[in-house]
Parts: sequence; structure tokens; C-alpha cells
Amino acid sequence: MRAKLVSLVLTLVLAGLLGATLVRFAPGYGVDEHALDPRLSRESVEALQNRAPARDGLLRYYAGYLQGLLRGDLGESGTLNRPVAELIRERMPVTARSIGLGLALAWSAGLALALLPQLFRSPVLDWMTAAAAGVFLCAPAAVVALAALHAEAPTGLALAAVIFPRVFRYARNLLAGAAAMPHVLAAEARGLGRVQILGRHILPLATPQLLSLLGVSLNLAFGASIPVEAVCGSPGLGQMAWQAALGRDLPVLVNMTLLLAALTMISNFLAEAVTAKCVPVRA
Amino acid sequence: MRTGAGMKGARRVIVVVLLILLGGAASGAFLYRVPYDQQNRESFGAPPSKEHPLGTDELGRDRLARLLHGSRISLLLATAAALLATAIAGVVGAAAGHFGGWCARAFQVLVDLFLSLPWLFLLIMLRAILPLNVSPVVSLAITFALLGCLGWAGSARVIAAGVQSMHRSDFMLQARALGCRPSRLLLHVIPNLRPLLLAQLCISIPLFLLSEANLGLLGLGVAEPMPSWGNLLRELENFHAVSVNPWVLAPAVLLVTVVGCFHILLSGKESHA
Amino acid sequence: MMTLIRLFLAVALTGAAALHAGGELRFAIRSEPKTFHPAMVADENSDTIRYLTHGFLVRANRHTQELDPELAVSWKTSPDGRSIRFRLRTGVRFSDATPFTAEDVAHTLRALMDPELRSPVADSLRAGGRNLDVVAHSSHEVSVTFPKPMAGIESLFENVAILSARSPLKEKAVLGPFVLAEHVPGSYLLLKRNAHYWKKDKRGRALPYLDAVRVEIVQNRETELLKFRRNQLHFITNLEADHYSRLLAENPAWVKDTGPSLDVEMIWFNQVANAPIPAHKKTWFTSQAFRRAISMAINREDLCKVVYRGHARPAVGPFSAANRQWFNGSLKPHPFDVKAALKLLEQEGFQRKGEWLVDKTGQPVEFSIVTNSGSRNRERMAALVQQDLRAIGVRVNVVTLDFPSLIERISRNFNYEACLLGLVNVELDPNAQANVWLSSSSQHQWNPNQPTPATPWEAEIDRLMVAQATTMQQSKRKAHFDRVQEIVWQQAPFIYLINRNVLLAVSPELRNIAPSVLRPHVYWNVDSLELSGRTEVSRR
Repeated sequence: MRAKLVSLVLTLVLAGLLGATLVRFAPGYGVDEHALDPRLSRESVEALQNRAPARDGLLRYYAGYLQGLLRGDLGESGTLNRPVAELIRERMPVTARSIGLGLALAWSAGLALALLPQLFRSPVLDWMTAAAAGVFLCAPAAVVALAALHAEAPTGLALAAVIFPRVFRYARNLLAGAAAMPHVLAAEARGLGRVQILGRHILPLATPQLLSLLGVSLNLAFGASIPVEAVCGSPGLGQMAWQAALGRDLPVLVNMTLLLAALTMISNFLAEAVTAKCVPVRA
Repeated sequence: MRTGAGMKGARRVIVVVLLILLGGAASGAFLYRVPYDQQNRESFGAPPSKEHPLGTDELGRDRLARLLHGSRISLLLATAAALLATAIAGVVGAAAGHFGGWCARAFQVLVDLFLSLPWLFLLIMLRAILPLNVSPVVSLAITFALLGCLGWAGSARVIAAGVQSMHRSDFMLQARALGCRPSRLLLHVIPNLRPLLLAQLCISIPLFLLSEANLGLLGLGVAEPMPSWGNLLRELENFHAVSVNPWVLAPAVLLVTVVGCFHILLSGKESHA
Repeated sequence: MMTLIRLFLAVALTGAAALHAGGELRFAIRSEPKTFHPAMVADENSDTIRYLTHGFLVRANRHTQELDPELAVSWKTSPDGRSIRFRLRTGVRFSDATPFTAEDVAHTLRALMDPELRSPVADSLRAGGRNLDVVAHSSHEVSVTFPKPMAGIESLFENVAILSARSPLKEKAVLGPFVLAEHVPGSYLLLKRNAHYWKKDKRGRALPYLDAVRVEIVQNRETELLKFRRNQLHFITNLEADHYSRLLAENPAWVKDTGPSLDVEMIWFNQVANAPIPAHKKTWFTSQAFRRAISMAINREDLCKVVYRGHARPAVGPFSAANRQWFNGSLKPHPFDVKAALKLLEQEGFQRKGEWLVDKTGQPVEFSIVTNSGSRNRERMAALVQQDLRAIGVRVNVVTLDFPSLIERISRNFNYEACLLGLVNVELDPNAQANVWLSSSSQHQWNPNQPTPATPWEAEIDRLMVAQATTMQQSKRKAHFDRVQEIVWQQAPFIYLINRNVLLAVSPELRNIAPSVLRPHVYWNVDSLELSGRTEVSRR
């Protein structure tokens, strides 16, 4: 367990470094619109470009960043000229709200639709729920975001539309897998009611893996918040990450990479831990 | 039993629909011989007519011709990218699942890294890295190749888990008990991976189609005048046009249908399994 | 009689509006202002906030295109053009009630001269890299001396926002009509009326009439349009042509086409001698005949018609006719003439080989045009140009790049062949463009940072630009810059495409507006704008 945690932290640090490398050596790093401002002298343009972080060595910059991180200093945004910690503090509530709404809606709808066929055992119902989720699964996140923008729906709803079919699909397979376990079949043969079978046998079997799916869906929501917030113009972390990418804002991007990497790794770690501890159910 | 037969029938229908769509996309551009990049500057944004069954776009180009060309390009390249991603996932995942130990641990770190890096950033600047005078087709092919190279991690994890579970299966235990060497065991593993690889391929194709569509909508897709589903979807940005000219939804409908067909095929496989 | 009726109506309407004085003006900007420090402003969004909150010594009247006195009541330039003396307004206070004196002007200018500041405003005041001298003669008299003569010296102060030398609020103490009261990042900025603003109307009422300005950050143009139609925004500047047509169909009273703007879209070829592009392409790009032929093969009328739905004009040169003082009216846009273009190319040794054009060494004529991604109009223009040039056998690859990658290519590694971009002209005086025209400058886009002018015509432009910047006689300055425009027209280092019209949507609730083709088109007279009827006050 301890070794696993150490490996997790090291992978995280490596992910941050790789993310920083990707940005630092990207075309257009360290240049901005200043270069085209006819009012600025050549000396000023050069001086402004030399201000970009990590010009004198990426490793030195990253080590400095990690030191600062331990002190709670996340660096300063190059495009917005403000501390990244402050930017994250301002934008986090917006993203948290939309992700909260998105997850709540996605899980309610996804679980409800996945449970229905278990309760009523109807292939038609099964097909209909799958088709309903399928429609959402087929639409690109950016199209869903555009539709939400058209309908003036909250960003959370667009996120819900992106996450819901995935939650549904996984939960449906998980529940179907649990329902096919021999002891569940035996209980059914003994004439136990469907609600009882679901409550006593199927759900307890599937719960740990459903919990691990919660972590995965949180990660999914964060990932989807980048295109969705960018299209919807929602002032959250996703929009900030998108704008930072377009502006080659190294300090913001390193922080966002670490945040996303931490979420991905923790959710994977939890999923594995849960899978190792409980009886595996096919999903 | 009846359900199983019904599902099989539905899958057949889906396969036929997919084949028609794929065939249409492949041959449509040959049958409908209107150039996709010819601008008719006197009739831009025109509604459907005999000459232009889906109307013309904002530069007066035939929307149907663009849709047919775009479909062909998007479907062909998404399939190629999915093949590439599945091949990488197959090799890496099978190796990790088969050899275990440090190989599996290294695989875990690699997959974690791949899943957590900001690849969208790489896609944003991909065109900037390429030489300027490469044709739009080549630049699109490279975009899909990159998608393929980046999109293997999820599939590899599934394949590694599949190989591991195969190792625990009865026939592998028997093979080991009979003194079969690990390299020979691999020969037993590979043919059994086929359904898993096929499923991953079916997952990857719609995934790459959707990725290209997202990139196109974010303005990072194919350059003019080449059409693809991604840049055709950009017409949806104009709210008004969508309500007044519902035919601009044609690429979206086609995309949803194709991706949907793949998903239904896949869910059929899952329930079948 | 009609005039009398109109006059009466105008007076009656003004009277009616006065009853509803106050209210909150609402409009949208596209993204977050990058800075609130007035000296550091480089982007349009930050400039909007600076314009609404800060005070200036002089300001260009967007109608007369002449300078109006603001914090300076008068000014006098020395005969040698090296210094200017301002007499300042008395009784003016900053937003925190600190009095405004000559010391504040001196403090502002000295702060701008800090070499570490790297401010665009400061660089335009620094003549030949040397700092200016500023002396406060009395509490309301200040003089500024430049190291060398500067023509149009007073217009240099148009963007110098005056900071307080004594206020503890530093740059947050302002002299403009509004004060920044609230900022919700990514969402909106709320500016409240500055109670200490100095300006009064003709009847002695304190300005501004409005209580507040709410500047929303709306990234999507469709959303902006929707908000306008719901009366959640009072105006939209730089309306898309499609949106203009839709609003026009809905309510013609909402929209205004104020005519061609100062902004210009153009294409230029890379003429940098050591650029990493093939030598034969450099030969084409440095040929005047080639550039002129390409220019003649582009159908500008179609660009106006298809891309801008008729709300644009073919461009002639660096300034459009909207710049009444400096535009060279004797020039006309390069004509669209495919035959003449081909003839010119043939004279230069190019010839048709089947469908395509080849140069005298047999190389097919093919080049790429880079432009920024995310600009639909530029992408459409590039597609039209691509088809136009195909008609003369030239193969064009259009490449859209995100802004940093594009800027790196055109200003650092010069790894590009042709570029399609726009020039946003905010200032009227050609001095503001000096860095574009001087061959030694880094913004001389087609071939920057030249140690000595690469061509005789660039040397001539250099000479003329220096002459116009140091000549005190207006007619001579005009003659010099007219000649610059002629040379640029003949040599076509920039192939000017179009000047788009300024399309506005304005709510009928907004009174006293005087739309202008110059930025900021609607709110340039924000202190005298009024709202009539019911207006919602923002809820927080």
C-alpha cells in the first residue's frame, strides 16, 4: 500500500514535469500579442518575451515550482498577471457547482435507468434505456455544450449529458453481471421478490465498484469541463485551462495538469483497491 | 432465447445500416460528382434545391458534396486511427498482462501518465508543428495518427486485465501444469484476445470520430477547403441557422447514427458475452 | 419648419430622458481584461475599462477627429516641436477626493519612463529610445520636453491615463467618469459612477448621467446577440454581418451601419532574406510584379459580398477613407483583373503549364497562407482567395494556427510564406504606425529588423516617415504620408483586402449616442449617455 502511494506521488511529479515539458517546448511558447503591438519598441518586445518562465531551464523552473507548491505558492499566471492560487480560488466554485450538478444529475439518471430493467426484467425497457443513453453517448461533448448554450441551460446540465451515458452503461453492465451470479439466480429460483433480490443481493455486490465509478466519473467530469466550459463560456477552471493552453500559460497549465493527473490517478487507485477487495463482477 | 434471437436480428440490422452508411460514404463522392470546394458566390447559404439537395454553405459550396467527402475522410481515418490504437494497446497490454511483475508495474505507471497528461494541448498545436505546405488530407491523417498514438492507454488496460484473467483460466492452468513455457503460453493467449481486440476496435472508432468532431468544433480541425465531420459541425455554432435551416444538422445526424450503430453493436457484444 | 420640429422633438426627448437619468448601462466584452494598470494596457478589453475609468489630458473627439481638451484646458507646443506646455483644469479631484495637480501629471510621466515597465504607452512617448523631461511649473501648469522634435506631439498624450501622485489607492484612484466597484472574474465588471468626476453638462448638471456600467464577459457572439434581444445588453459593437441582417429583419431601429472602419485586413508575403523557405519562393515574394499580380487576381468585391454580406469595402491602403485627415483620396483599390494579372506574371517569366502556373525555373507556384484559427471571417476570406488564385494557376494552402504559434512564425522564426491578418487602427496619426513602416523596426512585418533598407522604396518610406514625424507643418506631413501610401500601393508589400464596416446594434433606450467609426464606437461619449424607460439594475 505504502509502495503504491509512493509510486503514485512519483508518477504525479513525473506527469507534472511531462506536462510542463509539453508546454515549454510547444511552438509559440513565450510569445504573445505584444510582438505585434506597433507602439512597443523592439527592446520592449524582447524584454517581455524574455519574461516567460522556464526560459533558463525547465528543470530549474519545475524544482522551484515544486518548492513553491509545498509552501502553497502556485506561481503567477503569465496571461492574466495574477497568482494562480487566486485564480483557482475564484474559479473553483463555478466548476465545483457545475460538476456537482452534473454528477448529481448523471448519477440519478444513470442509476435510475440502469435499475429499471433489473426491477421489471423487460427486454424492451432494457433496449429503450440503452437507446436513450446511447443518443447522449453519440453526441460530441462540444455539440452537447453548444446545445446547452442554445437552450441557456446551466453548464452542469451539459456535463450531466456527457457523464450520464457512461455511468448508465457501466452501472447497467455491473448490475447485469451481479444478477447473473449463481447465488442471485438461486435466490430468484426460490421465488424471492425482485426488489428484495435487488436490495439484498445485487446492489451489495455492485456497490463497491459503483463507488469506484464515482471517482472515475469525477475525473471524467473534470476532463469534460474543459471543452464544455470553453464552448459555454462558463468562467470555471475548464475555461481557464483552455485559455491557458491557447496563451501558453505555463504556471496555470502545470497546476491544471497536476490537478487532473491527481484526480485520474486517485480514481484509478481507488477503483483498483475496490476491485482487489471485493468479489469481481463483470462490468 | 427469444431475446437473444431478437438482439441478433437487431445487430444484423445495425450492421446493414452501418454498411450502407460506410458504403455510401465510400462511393457517394464518386456517384455524386459535384466538387466539394467549388464556390458559387452568387448563391451562398442557399436552401435545398435540385442542384444542391442539402443547399449550399456560407461560401456557396454544395453541402451534400462536402458531407459525402467529409464522411469518407472522417470514417476512413477514424478506422485507421482505431486500428493503430488497438494494435499498440494489444502489444503493450498483452505484454503487461502476460509477463506481470515489474513489467506490469511499469505498464501501470505508463498508463497512468498517458491518461493524465494534457494531450488536448498537443492537439491544439499539432498543425503548428507540421510543415506548412502539407496538404489538408495529410495534416488530417497525421491528426488521426496522433489520436491513435495517444488513445491506446484505456484499451491497453482492458487488454492487460483480459490477459491476466486468461492466465487464471482453466486451460492456461492445464497448459502450465503440462510444463508449457511462457513464450509458448503467449501463443495460446493471442488467438483468445481476438474478441477483446475487436471490441476495443469498435469502442475506438466512435471515440476517434467524436474526438475529431470536438476538435473541429473548437476550431482546431481540418483546414479549408477540406471537409470533415468536425468542421462541417461548425455550422451548428450559428444558432439561428440551425432553426431556419435544419438541414445543417445533417452531419450531426450522420455522426450520431454511425457512432450509435457502433455502440449498439458493442452493447450487443457485451450482453452476448 | 421641419428642422424646427426636429429640434423641438430632440429637446422634448432630452427632457424626457432627463426624467429617467441614472440607470445601469450594460454591454459585453469578449474576454477578461488582462490588466487594470492603465500604463500596461495592450488589449482591447483592458482598454475598455481604462477608457471608462481613467482621465486623460486630451482626447480625440470621435466625430470631429480633432483633439478635445479634457484635464488640460489648453496646450501650446514650442516652435521647434520638442516641448509642449499644458494648462490644467482646476478644482478636479480623483475618485478618492485627492486633488488633481500638475504633480500628478509629472508623476505619471516619470512612472511611465521606468525602463522596467515595458509599457506600450511609454514606448510611444520615448523618442529614439530616450526619455522625456517633465517639469511642473505650478500646481496647474506642466511642460514636457522630448529629446527631439515630434510632430503631432499633443496626440501622444491621448492614451496617457493620469495617475495620482499622492493617493494611497495608487492607480485605483481615477479621474474618469466611473470607478471599478466589482469584478467577478470571467463573469462581469461593475463600474460605479465617480462622484468626483469633474465634467458637467451645459446646464451645470454633474456627469455622468448613468449610475453604473456593467461590462459583462460574454465569449460567444450568439449569446451576446440573445442578451441584446432580451434587453439584457444595451449595445453590441462590431456586430457580425449575419447578426446585423437578422436584427435588421427583426427591428431596423436596432442596427446601424456606420460605414468602413479604420481596421484593415491584408495579406503579406515573407520577404525576410534569411527566412527558412525555398530560395525560388523568396524570388517570387520579393518581386513587385508577382505581388501586384496576386493582388489583381483577388476579387475584393466578392470578399465584401460573401464574407461580410456587403458590409465592407475594398481596401486601398493602411488607412481607410474613415481617417479623414490622413487618407490619400487619390488612390483606388487594386483592380480585379485576371488577364492583367496573368500578363504581369508572364512578363516576369511565369507561364501556365496545364492547369497550374510555373516560374521561369519550372517550379510550380504554390504557397501557404497562415492565419489565426478561431476567426471565421479570415478563414472564409482565405478560402475565397484560394479559389481566386487557382484561376491564375496558383495553388494556395490555407493553414490556421493558434495565435502564439502564428506570432512565433511571423515575428520570430519567420517560417511562413504568406500571412493573412488584420491591422486594428486605434489612432489616427501615422506616427502610431511608425514601427510598421520603418525598415529597422521589429513590426515591419514583411521584412523586419533590417540593418539598412533592403530596397530603394523601403529607404524612401523610411525617409518620408522620419520627415513627417519631425515636420511641424501639417500640409507637409500630409504630403509625406500621402507619398508613403502611394509607394505602398505601387509596391504592394501589404496586399490590402477590405475595410469592414462598423456594424452596431443599439437599444432605443440608449440616448445621446453619436455612433462613430472610430473606437470605442458607441460609448466614446459615455459621460453624456442616458437611459430612458425601465432599466434593470444588476442583482448581486
